[in-house]
Amino acid sequence: MTEMTYREALKAGIREEMLHDERVFLLGEDIGRNWGGAFKVTKGLAEEFGDERVRDTPISENTIVGAAIGAAITGLRPIAEIMFGDLISLAMDQVCNQAAKMRFMFGGQTSVPVVVRSVFGGGKNIASHHSQSLEAWFMHTPGLKIAVPAFASDAKGLIKTAIRDPNPVMFFEHKLVYDKKEEVPDEEYTIPFGEAKIRKEGADVTVWGTWFMLHKALDVAEELTKEGISVEVIDPRTLVPLDKKTLLESVKKTGRLVLVTEETKTGATTAEIAAIVQEEAFDWLDAPIKRVNAPDTPVPFSPPLEDYFIPNHKRIAEAIREIV
Amino acid sequence: MRLRSLNQEWKMWTMSAKKKTLVDLYTQTIKIRKFEEKVWELFGQNLVPGTLHLYLGQEAVAAGVTAALKKTDWIQSTHRGHGHVIGKGADMNSALAELLGKKTGSCKGKGGSMHITQFDVGVLGATGVVASGLPIAVGAALSAKMRGTDEVVVCFFGDGASNNGTFGESLNMAAIWNLPVIWVIENNLYAMGTPIQLTCPSQNIADRGAGYCTPSVVVDGNNALEVYEASVEAVKRAREGKGPSLIECKTYRMRGHSRFDQAKYRPKEEAEHWLNKDAVEIIKKIAIEQGALTEKEAENIAKNLQKDVDKAAEFAIKSELPEPEDALDDVFAEVA
Ligand SMILES: Cc1ncc(C[n+]2csc(CCOP(=O)(O)OP(=O)(O)O)c2C)c(N)n1
Ligand SMILES: [Mg+2]
Repeated sequence: MTEMTYREALKAGIREEMLHDERVFLLGEDIGRNWGGAFKVTKGLAEEFGDERVRDTPISENTIVGAAIGAAITGLRPIAEIMFGDLISLAMDQVCNQAAKMRFMFGGQTSVPVVVRSVFGGGKNIASHHSQSLEAWFMHTPGLKIAVPAFASDAKGLIKTAIRDPNPVMFFEHKLVYDKKEEVPDEEYTIPFGEAKIRKEGADVTVWGTWFMLHKALDVAEELTKEGISVEVIDPRTLVPLDKKTLLESVKKTGRLVLVTEETKTGATTAEIAAIVQEEAFDWLDAPIKRVNAPDTPVPFSPPLEDYFIPNHKRIAEAIREIV
Repeated sequence: MRLRSLNQEWKMWTMSAKKKTLVDLYTQTIKIRKFEEKVWELFGQNLVPGTLHLYLGQEAVAAGVTAALKKTDWIQSTHRGHGHVIGKGADMNSALAELLGKKTGSCKGKGGSMHITQFDVGVLGATGVVASGLPIAVGAALSAKMRGTDEVVVCFFGDGASNNGTFGESLNMAAIWNLPVIWVIENNLYAMGTPIQLTCPSQNIADRGAGYCTPSVVVDGNNALEVYEASVEAVKRAREGKGPSLIECKTYRMRGHSRFDQAKYRPKEEAEHWLNKDAVEIIKKIAIEQGALTEKEAENIAKNLQKDVDKAAEFAIKSELPEPEDALDDVFAEVA
């Protein structure tokens, strides 16, 4: 095991796949040798693999993703990076109308092994166009897989699985987890999609959450042991495919569920999870399902405003106490 | 301005076209015509669900371009894609069956007219989102280059599509990366009811190519030979690693934009002018004049193609509809 940051682990996963498989290449804005990616995930890769395989592009999001699709259906394994998740809006046609649908509408004649990497989340005071969490948009588009790693070892194992998957994978990172450190296995490994991880076992209430909110939920769970509340914390790791089994088993054990993400509340992934649980585990619920989300506003800039917008430890703890 | 001088040279080559090429061009053009006439007939019998964007009138574009390609080359098609796909060598049975929504269709009835695709003959896809094919063509061409092949990618799109943002993004990216892609604008003068003069400030859309350092040429899109010779030159450039080219084919739809459109917005004189420039008649005349075909031979080719198309229609009509729950298949490819 070696301790490394999420950023380092992610890069290590990409690097291993590039070494294994010469079809794998990267394209995106400022990912190459001059900059190494806006969040430095690809730093050093251009030097190692050359500018052909770590390809800087113009600021042309729709064509970055479209080009990745064209390369994917003709035999390559591209990873397209969109600098900020908010900017996938400029590539929505290629992501949601093309990549997601091609296999289906062409009757299985093609598959689209493309990975689109991008980053969501607030907490850096960079306001409404660089801070959103839009994963629900993609969860609502059949044909896309979605990975949401929150820990370094998962980032590495899941990116490798994403690259090998024959389908389009949206690989979403979070700005505030890049520097988080974790012990990462030295030997080669992958992490299968659709397998959630119980990050902390507990008996009284289940908390399900993603990325930085998951880290906050774990802090809260620790805190609440002092009050005698035993919290189980689930990390879905992928949203599509979704590991319902782990979630439902946990809810059947605890009888209570709190959902925590950084998304604005209406139409968030938390709404979908709540609906699944009431459909499939209603009889086991001892309390209403609680959702801890951001308010339905754009992400604000000024620190007190953004701090208010993003769910904090206190709100998560309160939601748990309310139903236990 | 490289584009103008290229045009001059092409005119010269036109004179010396090989006889076999002329026969092929005539055959391709009339094949697409026969296919589309059959589609129109089946549509009239209410056998084609949904909408249709017929290729009638524009046959010379697909015929001329695809005649310059190899089987291993790729094309990216559009919502008006029947002609492209047939030109590239698609099986007519499964193409027609697809239009009828049958299980035996090339897309198992999941795509229909707007997504008519046969990947195994080099069709990357046909798309219902105007101008969405350009980025995909960039990627296929990048892939052709990175894989070290001599494959060439043709991207068809309309005059209307040329006003979408992907046009600029994709022409630029193809040029900076020197990719083997050929942009084929089928300028049929209208995007639905909107005439090109209202949406493009210059006489020729091809003028925009210069801004992307992409050699560009304007040809008569109803003359399969002109389209072919421009395509041969563009393919040669692409294969030699000289990068993208653009060919603007001026052409005209014989019918309305889609299903029920009668195209009443088109001035009468304009329509008459173009409908007199029939793509099939033009290439037939050239082929006969240059001694590549006799009137009788031309007729026989047409007759045989009619038989093929009739058989394809019979196959399509007789084919089964998909099972309703087949709707759930093919969302994801199986993970190995
Ligand atoms: C992005 C997008 N906008 C609008 C439409 C609706 N639409 C379908 S065809 C068409 C006109 C396209 O014109 P052109 O590119 O010239 O192709 P043509 O139909 O003339 O072959 C429009 C506006 C669409 N399908 N996609
Ligand atoms: Mg048009």
